[in-house]
Amino acid sequence: MDLTRRDFLKLSGVTALIATGLFNLKPLTARAQDLQLRIRYAKQTTTICPYCAVGCGQIVSVSNGKVINIEGDPDHPINQGSLCSKGSALYQVANNERRLDKVKYRAPGGSDWEEKSWNWAIERISSRIKETRDAELSDGRKTNRIDNIAAIGGAALDNEECYLYSKFARALGVVYLEHQARI
Amino acid sequence: MTAELSMLIDVSRCMGCRGCQVACKQWNQHKAEKTRFTGTYQNPPQLSPETWTLIQFIEPVDYDDNPRWLFRKQQCLHCTDAVCAQVCPTGAINKLENGIVYINQGICAGCKACVETCPFHIPKFDHHSGTVRKCWLCLDRVKNGLKPACATVCPTGAIRFGSRAEMLRIARERQQILTNQGFAPRIYGEKELGGQHAMYLLPENASIYGLPENPRKPTEKIIWRWLMGVIPGLAILAGIGSYLLKERSKSEAKTGGE
Amino acid sequence: MTNHWIDIRNADRIMIIGSNAAENHPISFKWVTKAIEQGAKLISVDPRFTRTSSKAHIYAPLRSGTDIAFINGMIKYVLDDMEKNPQSYNMEYVREYTNASFLIDPAFKLPADMNGVFSGYNPKKRSYSKGTWSYQLDSDGIHKKDKTLSHPDCVFQLLKKHVSRYDAQTVCNITGTPADVYNEVCRTFAESGKRGKAGTIMYAMGTTQHTYGTQNIRGYAILQLLLANMGVAGGGINALRGESNVQGSTDHAILFHYLPGYLKCPEEDDVSVDTYSRIKYEGKNKDPRSADWWGNARKYIVSLLKSWYGDKATPENDFAFGYLPKREVGKDYSHISLFETMYDGDIKGMICLGQNPAVGGPNAQKERKALEKLDWLVCADLWETDTANFWRRPKGDDLDDTVDPASIKTEVFLLPAAASMEKEGSITNSGRWSQWRYTAVHPPGRAKSDLWILDRLFKAVSARYKNQGGPIAGAILDMAWDYGTGDEPDVHAVAKEINGYDLNTGKLLPSFGILKADGTTSSGNWLYCASYTEAGNMATRRNGLDPTNIGLYPEWAWCWPVNRRIIYNRASVDMKGRPWDKKHPVIVFKGGASDGKYISRKWIGDVPDGGWYPLMNPDGTLRDDAKYPFIMKPEGHARIFGMGRVDGPLPEHYEPLESPLTKNPMGHATRINPAIKLWHEVRPENNKIGTPDEFPIVGTTYRVTEHWQAGAMTRNLPWLVELMPDVFVEMSVELAAEKGIKNGNKIIVTTARGTLEGIACVTPRFKPFKLNGKSVHQIGIPWHWGYTGLARGSSANCLTPHVGDANTMIPEYKAFLCNVNKKEVV
Repeated sequence: MDLTRRDFLKLSGVTALIATGLFNLKPLTARAQDLQLRIRYAKQTTTICPYCAVGCGQIVSVSNGKVINIEGDPDHPINQGSLCSKGSALYQVANNERRLDKVKYRAPGGSDWEEKSWNWAIERISSRIKETRDAELSDGRKTNRIDNIAAIGGAALDNEECYLYSKFARALGVVYLEHQARI
Repeated sequence: MTAELSMLIDVSRCMGCRGCQVACKQWNQHKAEKTRFTGTYQNPPQLSPETWTLIQFIEPVDYDDNPRWLFRKQQCLHCTDAVCAQVCPTGAINKLENGIVYINQGICAGCKACVETCPFHIPKFDHHSGTVRKCWLCLDRVKNGLKPACATVCPTGAIRFGSRAEMLRIARERQQILTNQGFAPRIYGEKELGGQHAMYLLPENASIYGLPENPRKPTEKIIWRWLMGVIPGLAILAGIGSYLLKERSKSEAKTGGE
Repeated sequence: MTNHWIDIRNADRIMIIGSNAAENHPISFKWVTKAIEQGAKLISVDPRFTRTSSKAHIYAPLRSGTDIAFINGMIKYVLDDMEKNPQSYNMEYVREYTNASFLIDPAFKLPADMNGVFSGYNPKKRSYSKGTWSYQLDSDGIHKKDKTLSHPDCVFQLLKKHVSRYDAQTVCNITGTPADVYNEVCRTFAESGKRGKAGTIMYAMGTTQHTYGTQNIRGYAILQLLLANMGVAGGGINALRGESNVQGSTDHAILFHYLPGYLKCPEEDDVSVDTYSRIKYEGKNKDPRSADWWGNARKYIVSLLKSWYGDKATPENDFAFGYLPKREVGKDYSHISLFETMYDGDIKGMICLGQNPAVGGPNAQKERKALEKLDWLVCADLWETDTANFWRRPKGDDLDDTVDPASIKTEVFLLPAAASMEKEGSITNSGRWSQWRYTAVHPPGRAKSDLWILDRLFKAVSARYKNQGGPIAGAILDMAWDYGTGDEPDVHAVAKEINGYDLNTGKLLPSFGILKADGTTSSGNWLYCASYTEAGNMATRRNGLDPTNIGLYPEWAWCWPVNRRIIYNRASVDMKGRPWDKKHPVIVFKGGASDGKYISRKWIGDVPDGGWYPLMNPDGTLRDDAKYPFIMKPEGHARIFGMGRVDGPLPEHYEPLESPLTKNPMGHATRINPAIKLWHEVRPENNKIGTPDEFPIVGTTYRVTEHWQAGAMTRNLPWLVELMPDVFVEMSVELAAEKGIKNGNKIIVTTARGTLEGIACVTPRFKPFKLNGKSVHQIGIPWHWGYTGLARGSSANCLTPHVGDANTMIPEYKAFLCNVNKKEVV
């Protein structure tokens, strides 16, 4: 859901406060900094915090394709605008030089990562999946079960991703299928 | 006339999640500091130019040796009788009618007069910018009708923001409730230093939270001795007099400066 | 959670046990605080005084791993008090809605009579045959009951007998809780048993991560049923889940033991939809007043298969049931087993999406070593993780002295993934609310959503089978997989597939109530049927109104099942459909009545757990067309006696696998849970178990507010690293004095598995436990750190053992034996 700035300010209860006249500041001198809200012209989008499972609402402000602010969604009934230290730090997930932005590959025995293309990686991985699965099923069994590929993870994925992961794993016959819910 | 604003920090409600500490950095785009764990959850150890607020973690034990864990948000208290503004030789520190005490970074000369004289040790000198920096109650947000970042983010209502009259009303209400629960609560900042614009509701003694029981301004004599010592140069001295006349109590300026 | 976050505000009593909600779910405290300010009492039960405890009216310390003793003593208190003050409890609830009145096989025996085990135990197999753990049936197959609750074979009396051994003194000698504090806890929480009062239990991994974690929760459930706290506003047992979508990932079954919607995983002997449905689900109940909802499972499995195999799933080919993987009967494929198998070299490849077992897995050094046995590893993540980096991990505590990568043959793919605000989709919170997120920005560089990665990978694998053929290729080639032609798969198409369609009309289904077993409906997850209907995507709803006044917000997002915000809510009303708590009604029956009989059906409030008539007419006569409130159980009654578990129908105290006590303090010969798998015996390599003479201190692990799980999402964020830069170890002033350790000193923690270097946090918040006069120390370590990231440090899981809960196989992270020493500076 995209919010206009007016919506956001409305959600924040600003209308009522302005009406009470509380925010008529003394005019600052000519030397004072321009105190324009830095998210004034930003595009705003709602999201849900990716950390714990309370499910707090957040508003992401974006300007020139960059996240410039993330704060609690005042309209969200669970958190009503509040966040903990992790939720407040989400900006640094969006803006972080440590984020992965390329496919990386470590060859057997290699001592460092190499950069690869997506096409190369997808082809190579699918080839390894097939070769491993086929080896397991080569005994002519009728049951679609492979014990030699494991698939783990998912508590940080979206529902639709989890569902496809679950579906994909079963198509392959994976039974060593586990994630954070167990640990 | 502009209504006075205030923050109310209800210490009894704080659980030390430090959402406020990060929200302050996020909104004001402050850098993280390099810290180490030193035996307490509190980090950074003290305020800095990049850390305008932090939660103090205090671990006293009661008479029966039962543990307690107290959390107090440190930040600028935005005093009415703001000694920092009074000693500022360049007029960089503005005390707005709404009560916010704000350092204009374009004007601050970094003389540290405020750093040395603040009874709460709040303003911090920034070696990179050469200026002194501290909490400005998110003046940019406030001016645009939003609450300061820390007050917006607080989950339990330990940090509130609004008209000072309303904050005092809430503080008294909570004071009554805590009194009924057997505490001896105090509204810290209602009167202190002419009344602060960030007040605490303390369930007990101020000293247990590391606050002076009776905060006082340094005497004029001390301020002046210090100013004369650290700011040599006639030009600046000449400037001081004229700035001191501006935006502050005339009587004080007279006894102190002329 | 049976209830949800906002509902905590409706509680009169809140017990936080096995959870540190203020630190790990801080926003829950918005609602805990609200409840307290409305008069609720907060009880914090934890081995150490936490930020949660700092806000509690009562703080009760307990030694890690002694919840069952603690709760059984509370149950005993309630049962004793019920006898003296029945008016303080809701006996109608206990009698009519739970299995308290059900008669159990007279051959059933309690641990008191069996040297610590229940009847049916086979010590060689370390498992139970559950024959005697069963209800007595009459000649029509209906359960025999004694509504006076006095028959010696009835569940109520068996429970009473069982917990009679858990008097307060015995309990406190096990848990180390001061007796006066314990009595205050019992008295305070029992007050929520009064009609119109509600008490909630908030728990998390402190409860589950034990070799008897399931029985810990069973204890909570029994207590809450006796106090009539299930189904009501401000009640419930509420698991506070730790990852933003761990509820959704569980619902969609990224787990070996079931399929989406908690449908049991087929096993080798499930040869068809029919045998699967009949053996696992059907005919479990003969009582016409029991809805036995799982009896509908055939509709759900067929609808699932229609979603997965589309037109290729036909009645003729048994809806492609044959393609589903069938697990080996009784075989455990869970996390520990997975890594043990990998360690043995039998797993060749692994896909790992956003998980970091090199930090999060128990006995982490062994799990890291196991990764070396893989031929290939695919990781998709936002960050370079410790797991992706295992081939250059440190050998020991010196983070810069690494293993030799040249010796590790695994090829590793590290795929850059999109973060939460860089893609679109829904996540399900702990209160079961599915909430939609939108794309705010593009992911950095070439990073892609996991949806994109999964879609590309599936298509690439499928293309290989199409071109090259291969064994059981149909399982892949026949799978329905069409999510549009754009670069990014259409997430709405996936969400709609999860909801399901009427395949005759092509319309999205409004509810799982109309799913069919004949192949004319599809639903990828029956629990989510109603989440994305012809009326739109329910997860996007933002109506902030709460007409119920108890905080249900029924049109904010969407909640499974069928937008029911409080599950088991038909237990919140009496047999005539009137709420126990008039101030906080969850549902109310408003049907018409005539001549003392209800004549029309209407419920208001939350979506009722089945919209049948109440059990009783206004004139007190029972209705034949009504259903019992606990519809997911075949008998329609909540289970105080739970025969479904593998390790006993009632919780009995056992010690953790590693414990300072060499005998069970309950006075019998069964020290540990007799039904757990002993990995150190079946796979001794790198699975050492310590003894109290060498490792006398109890260790536990936990999390802090400022970090998250295995750390990649927080140890790379400078603002959070600033708050919590290093691994630390909390210990009492007394222990520190014994060991010559000062606050802030570097120390080494050792267990039979490994070591950890950390900084001492010497604090009065940890106290030695007095057990029968003997003093036992405990320490605690947050487990977020690893060797990769902005903040690095030893992983607490290098200390924890490979042993799991008997039912869930969740590892025992929360109680182990260790020793602590000051680090000698060389």
